[in-house]
Amino acid sequence: MPRFVRHLLLILLPVVAAFAILPSLYSNHLLLFNFIIFMTLAQGLNVIYGFTGYLPFGYVGFFGAGAYGFSLMIMHLQAPPLAALVVGAAAAIGLALLLTPLFRLSGAYFSIANLAAALAVLQVVSNPNLEDVTKGPYGISLSGVFDPTLSYATALAILAATLALVIYLRNSRFGMALKAIREDPISAGMAGINVVRERIIAWLLSALIAGLAGGVFAWYVSVFYPETVFSVEFTIFSIVFVLFGGSATVTGPILGAVILYGIYNAVGISTPQYFQLIYGALIMGLVLFLPNGLASLLQKWGIDVP
Amino acid sequence: MFVYSLLAGLLFGLYFSLIGLGLNLVFGVMRIVNLAHGDFLMLGAFLAFWLFTLFALNPIPAVAIAFVAFMIIGLPLYYLLVPRLLRAKDPEMLSFILFFGLSQVIEAVTTIAFGTSERSIPGDQLGRAVTAVAGLFAGHAVEPGPVDLFGQTFPASWVASSIASGCAVLLVYLYLYQTRLGYLTRAVMDNREEAVATGIDVHRVSAIAFGIGIGLAAVAGVFAPFILGSITPAMGAEVTITAFAVIVIGSLGNPLGTVLGGVIYGVSYMFMQSYYSSWANLLPYVLLVVILLVRPSGLLGRQVRRA
Repeated sequence: MPRFVRHLLLILLPVVAAFAILPSLYSNHLLLFNFIIFMTLAQGLNVIYGFTGYLPFGYVGFFGAGAYGFSLMIMHLQAPPLAALVVGAAAAIGLALLLTPLFRLSGAYFSIANLAAALAVLQVVSNPNLEDVTKGPYGISLSGVFDPTLSYATALAILAATLALVIYLRNSRFGMALKAIREDPISAGMAGINVVRERIIAWLLSALIAGLAGGVFAWYVSVFYPETVFSVEFTIFSIVFVLFGGSATVTGPILGAVILYGIYNAVGISTPQYFQLIYGALIMGLVLFLPNGLASLLQKWGIDVP
Repeated sequence: MFVYSLLAGLLFGLYFSLIGLGLNLVFGVMRIVNLAHGDFLMLGAFLAFWLFTLFALNPIPAVAIAFVAFMIIGLPLYYLLVPRLLRAKDPEMLSFILFFGLSQVIEAVTTIAFGTSERSIPGDQLGRAVTAVAGLFAGHAVEPGPVDLFGQTFPASWVASSIASGCAVLLVYLYLYQTRLGYLTRAVMDNREEAVATGIDVHRVSAIAFGIGIGLAAVAGVFAPFILGSITPAMGAEVTITAFAVIVIGSLGNPLGTVLGGVIYGVSYMFMQSYYSSWANLLPYVLLVVILLVRPSGLLGRQVRRA
């Protein structure tokens, strides 16, 4: 059996099946939905950070663009939700295309510029002058299309597609090419890899995932403020989950999201400061002592982590 | 309105240079990105606030206390975090994440300690210091109150903050170009490997630069209540972005370009405030992205970084 199919059966299928069954066993559906969203976002970040080494600190910008693209279609054109979802994804991809020149920058410069770009989008969307278009800072209400069952199923489908993509990247020449670019762009170019094109494809795929996640998030919660969907916390969560589990693997971000977001909810933190303290300390500890995540513990023993 | 915006921009610009200076020094010497810069500034602001509230200490002497205190915090922090970081595969990227974690920790601890309420120091405190100094020069007592500059009236606290920022920038310049340690610091900035090869104790030089960088953030923090408005534990992130905009406009790794960046940032910020105030908040982000794309090396940069 090819490794691609084996990974689909052993990783994608159990995860998706579990989250398809769980709603009938566990009543807090919002929590399950958030798990799906965070796994999707962590994998989306994994596509760009894990495989190409570029860390988009403004990753949430695509999530927010997706949410607003979705909402504007519903509010102004009364579009059906699935069509609006496509527009949300298109908005995220449009933003990503607009930001492709950022790849001229490297390392931290890219991250800073991307963060600034995401904050700029937030400032535009939440500007009171645009109240007629985006409702400005006063938030969006989409109660007309509220449908928790269908939007949950859609989110699960998006997660499944994302996982399939990452499994493909993990086991294909394209994924290998991306990792080669990450390690040494010049050598990769010499080996016949079209560095610019491959990197931009990964970037657009990553934005597409976040855009879809944002759109379905807007659909599921149906009432939100600009600060909700552009909250830097989405980026932070995704980065921490990827770092914790291990980047450029399929299982790492899933484990990271399940373990850390699970702990976060199990502890039932009532004051956000303690959460912030724990996550800040966790990030520092990870960078200093386990910069390649849980997966690196196994990889050190020569075990191939899918 | 035009002259007012220009002058206010210059006053703010000097202060913004001070905000960016410490960040740029740390980046220039260690090639690490101190995302917690704004949070050290916030801590400096709280130090000044408590010194004023508990001991009625004027912000001007608080500057010296803040600098020394944070320099002393910065030295062990350097040895705790940075050498380990520089051994990693991609220190620049990892430093970004590491200091982000640190900024979260600082913000959380400060919030737990002081709560989220806004605090401020009365603006006339700095004004009094200005009039006392002005009185020394004029030879007679000067009335406290707003300051007239070229026919425009500004709060005395703005003028004082901007003068103090100018002095701090000047001191950093003298340190870098007139002292032996500053000479070594510039050597490390220029080429770390060769500095090691010539026998410079790179870690000592870097640690001191790191301490100065954090000390400068704290000094900028002392004036934050007068320039940036009331202080809260959550103010750090926005300040960090502003500082980045300033040093990217100037040029990353070149502390003196920071002054140019600060002034450009301050003047354009004031013009936005005067003419398009509802879009003024957009400015740092757009300026940052545009400058990075058009001139990644900043206005005074020599080398262009390309992936």
